[in-house]
Amino acid sequence: MKQSDRRSFLKIAGTSLGIGVLYSAYPSALRAGEAGNLFSTLGRDNGEKVTPFSFVQLSDAHVGFNGPPDPLGTKAFERAVDMINALPQRPDLVLFTGDLTHDTEDRDVHAQRMKQFREIFKKMNVPLIKCVPGEHDAGLDSGALYREFFGETHYSFDHRGVHFVALDNVTRAKPEVGVEQLAWLKKDLARFTKTAPIVVFTHRPLFDLRPDWEWFTSDGDDVMNVLSAYDNVTVLYGHIHRDDEHQIGSVHHYASRSLIFAFPDPAGVTGPRKPVPFDKEHPFKNLGIRTVSVNGKSAPGSSSLSIEDVELTAREFRGINGVQQLLRNPLV
Amino acid sequence: MFRLKPFLPIVAAALCVPASLVITGTSRVHAEDVPVIDITAKRFAFSPDKITLKAGQTVKLRLHSEDVTHGFFLRPLKLDEEIPAGQTREVTVTPQAAGTFTTICDHFCGANHGNMNMTIVVE
Repeated sequence: MKQSDRRSFLKIAGTSLGIGVLYSAYPSALRAGEAGNLFSTLGRDNGEKVTPFSFVQLSDAHVGFNGPPDPLGTKAFERAVDMINALPQRPDLVLFTGDLTHDTEDRDVHAQRMKQFREIFKKMNVPLIKCVPGEHDAGLDSGALYREFFGETHYSFDHRGVHFVALDNVTRAKPEVGVEQLAWLKKDLARFTKTAPIVVFTHRPLFDLRPDWEWFTSDGDDVMNVLSAYDNVTVLYGHIHRDDEHQIGSVHHYASRSLIFAFPDPAGVTGPRKPVPFDKEHPFKNLGIRTVSVNGKSAPGSSSLSIEDVELTAREFRGINGVQQLLRNPLV
Repeated sequence: MFRLKPFLPIVAAALCVPASLVITGTSRVHAEDVPVIDITAKRFAFSPDKITLKAGQTVKLRLHSEDVTHGFFLRPLKLDEEIPAGQTREVTVTPQAAGTFTTICDHFCGANHGNMNMTIVVE
């Protein structure tokens, strides 16, 4: 079977819910009877075949932040945890893409914030939780305190046939990955075939989204050069406190909303960035729920995820505009 | 706002800086005559917070940090400097195209780091 044909059978479905994104990865046979051979072939090529699972991305809780525009502290974060625990299908893992905490120069206070983050996070009924730091976690001390609580700032792991890579673009204080981590990334990916499904999760965007708002990674092009050797790469990031979708070559980039406050669409703003003003009538507006459908059909259970006092800012994605396939489906 | 003749060093002392500086004049500059603009970085602001340059005219930016390490980043003018704590760095720039640009501190320096920026206007 040709490589492109094999890819056509596999896709990532996305069911997104509340204040973050839930992704479902599953193989889908377009024609009955061929799936078994297909998965066997992919499994042989990539080391492990993709089997159905889902995961959640959360981002930017900024535990400890108490300034304007958002006076709600950890409420959105705690609500997101409740929503995840209420899911009809328990996710295998949660990825948190940085700014777990808000920075402070008082090490003890920052440690307390990390502890508080961990306490809330641990309430999630999810087997696997993986984080990367944001600059507010790790920018002032090169990640020293973060490592004490959450471990290394870059690493990788495999899960049900998908390779996950945690990239750190904050601990060097500047928005960059650095040559050492780039070398590690090349080495880490070297064992994979071109078709391997890869999810990179990081804090800042790896492309120039809005450099004058520090929405970029200065050596992001070098990272993209490494990733461009692979057909099925999805990059998940935070930092920008809003939705965004972007494609560079075959690599798709998705931002998650924040759990504290939102930034506006940069396309409509000149000059410095300012947060979206807090709306006390709609306290969770722009932190809200995103629903992603699969091939035009609502994902099972998604309609039951609404919670009454979260502003629903539902968006629906279909086909190739949906949550990107980790394994692309050119027929969709 | 100050409007200064070309070829004169410009010193913006930390405690008496103008809100903005403007460089005007011709573009014919000898190396020793390159105008100098002093810019001070201190959490979480640059001072001055606005300078005006002339397209085609070379200027030297003398960047000084009064406290911690800061960055000085502006992609369109290829500015990407690190200003170590308490130190001074110099960079020469010759802007080619007119426009209004936001320069940011891209070295994380604390809670309000995200709002540390200044404006460079090129006429």
